[in-house]
Amino acid sequence: MTKFRKTTLLGLTIALGVCASASAQMMINGAGATFPYPIYSKWFDEYAKVDPSVRFNYQSIGSGGGQKQILAQTVDFGASDGPMSDDNLAKAPGKILHIPTVAGADVVAYNVPGNPALKLDADTIAGIFLGQIKKWNDPKITALNPGVSLPDQEIVVVHRSDGSGTTYIWTDYLSKISSEWKQKVGTNTSVNWPTGIGGKGNEGVAGQIKQTPGALGYVELIYAVQNKMPYAEVKNSAGKFVKPTLESITVALATAEIPDDFRFSITNAPGPDAYPICGATWLLVYEQQKDPAKGKKLVEFLKWAAKDGEKMARDLQYAPLPDSLQQKVLKRIDEIKT
Amino acid sequence: MGVAASIAVEERSVQERMARPSRFGDKAFEWLTLAMALAVVVLIILIGWQLWIGSSVAIKKFGFHFLTTSTWDPVAEQFGALPFIYGTLVSSLIALVIAVPLGIATAAYLTELAPLWIRQPLASLIEMLAAIPSVILGLWGIFVMIPWLRDYPFPWLKRSFGWTPFFSGPIYGPCMFAGGIIIAVMILPIITSVSREILRGVPDLQREAAYGLGATRWEATRIAVLSYAKKGLFGAVILGLGRALGETMAVTMVIGNTPQIAASLFKPGYTLASVLANEFTEATTDMYLQALFEVGLVLFGITILVNLLAQLLLRTIAAKSATRAVQ
Repeated sequence: MTKFRKTTLLGLTIALGVCASASAQMMINGAGATFPYPIYSKWFDEYAKVDPSVRFNYQSIGSGGGQKQILAQTVDFGASDGPMSDDNLAKAPGKILHIPTVAGADVVAYNVPGNPALKLDADTIAGIFLGQIKKWNDPKITALNPGVSLPDQEIVVVHRSDGSGTTYIWTDYLSKISSEWKQKVGTNTSVNWPTGIGGKGNEGVAGQIKQTPGALGYVELIYAVQNKMPYAEVKNSAGKFVKPTLESITVALATAEIPDDFRFSITNAPGPDAYPICGATWLLVYEQQKDPAKGKKLVEFLKWAAKDGEKMARDLQYAPLPDSLQQKVLKRIDEIKT
Repeated sequence: MGVAASIAVEERSVQERMARPSRFGDKAFEWLTLAMALAVVVLIILIGWQLWIGSSVAIKKFGFHFLTTSTWDPVAEQFGALPFIYGTLVSSLIALVIAVPLGIATAAYLTELAPLWIRQPLASLIEMLAAIPSVILGLWGIFVMIPWLRDYPFPWLKRSFGWTPFFSGPIYGPCMFAGGIIIAVMILPIITSVSREILRGVPDLQREAAYGLGATRWEATRIAVLSYAKKGLFGAVILGLGRALGETMAVTMVIGNTPQIAASLFKPGYTLASVLANEFTEATTDMYLQALFEVGLVLFGITILVNLLAQLLLRTIAAKSATRAVQ
């Protein structure tokens, strides 16, 4: 009998203990973009050391899913590689704030015999993707690359087949520099491509470019670096050829026009050293938090991410926000009501 | 008399004792299995219903045009699924053309001709092919299969059959043909192992009778075994086709993902399952999502339709062979 009582008591204590520890640790849920997933998971990991009382659960289900879940209020924060549309924001039960975190670039990677360093400008890139420039030795390309011998070979255009933020940045750039592209194709996470073959994911596009002689396509900077693929310098709106690097992305962020709601696009930024094809990624949070305790913790985390988290960006090949924008972001985080 | 009566009584009581609990058990078992079987039916109906609900607005907006137009433009919200339907059917057909003869021949070799010691290891190897994750097969497709196809078999096909529309035009690598081949690799194990089981089920009497009539090994296999097992083999093919229609990941990685209808198998294509895998996660507008749901509904419908047609075909074959047997 006493033995039985003892075990019951022990069981009860354990049960209570488990309950107590569960309630002590708060769970903040988020979902969305896949592009920033590596740095977000690094942040959540590091932040656990800063504040052990909160834990983050982030599902990288894609930007579309992130927007949908924050609208449905099934998560505490969303994440997206593109800003939310007016239509979608109108559906929200409260005001949604866009908090930019880091930025990345699309590079023009290619596979031509000898793999020379190439220079391209807006006209040639648009021409290739509209299917109007078909050969590598097209006069428009050779004029930009004097001294480089290009073959009489067909350009095999490779694009993303899956909906992605990378495609959003790419089509946003093409829409800005080519009125024909804007009218015929437009900007979206997936579009009706005039030409080319589709590869799934950055790794699929990178793989197809590497395997197909004469191929040209766009991938995120890190994939081109990791796969040791050659990628082109692109002429920016100031008329200068710029190589995509973390620095030239941050310059683009610093010189682009930033609207008050942070729903900006940094493609074709005006800075003389800005790489023209880059984009940011955002966290999406409600201005009015429903759960005050959770809201407070979320705000603390966002501030930490904007200050300390940004320093980790470079190691993971993301471009951090420039100081000017960082200050504005911190101010915006202060506006969150808990 | 007394003894007989008591035996009769005892028998009855034994019967009663036996019957009552077993009857309850039988009933319970019957209801349980019925519930399980119904659960499958209910699940299928619910899936269909959910797809219908999820795509109702798109169905109303695009109507029949969804099935007959070829523009897939998420920006302008113009959606037509014809290239995806075409791609699904053609890639599955290519897969069947390659995998069915290969699978059935392998099964026939394994059950009829192969030395005994080699049968089990070879069969296990083939079944192991089914265990390879499809994303791995897809990567193998991109990095090994496509470069090889592009350098050797495709140029040969173009030289020999380039005068037909099916093997004309430039060779990029990722294309409808590559998609069909990768599906063939994926459905080969299921066709082979089901066919093998079926051929093993052919009674030895059949073979002995054929040999008794002086048939050669090939004749015995053809007349006594393959012909006898026709219906079962057809079932194996249908199982393979079911998988082929829904195959997603590996196909997406090698088919080129371009919504177009082209006669040349060297041109990139697109399948219903691939467009879902590609675009579902990043679809932000309502109409776009609705259209993707409708793509799911179409795939669901095609799968059911193909299965029904197969059943019908199976019945005709069965009826024909029955009449032949009577004659």
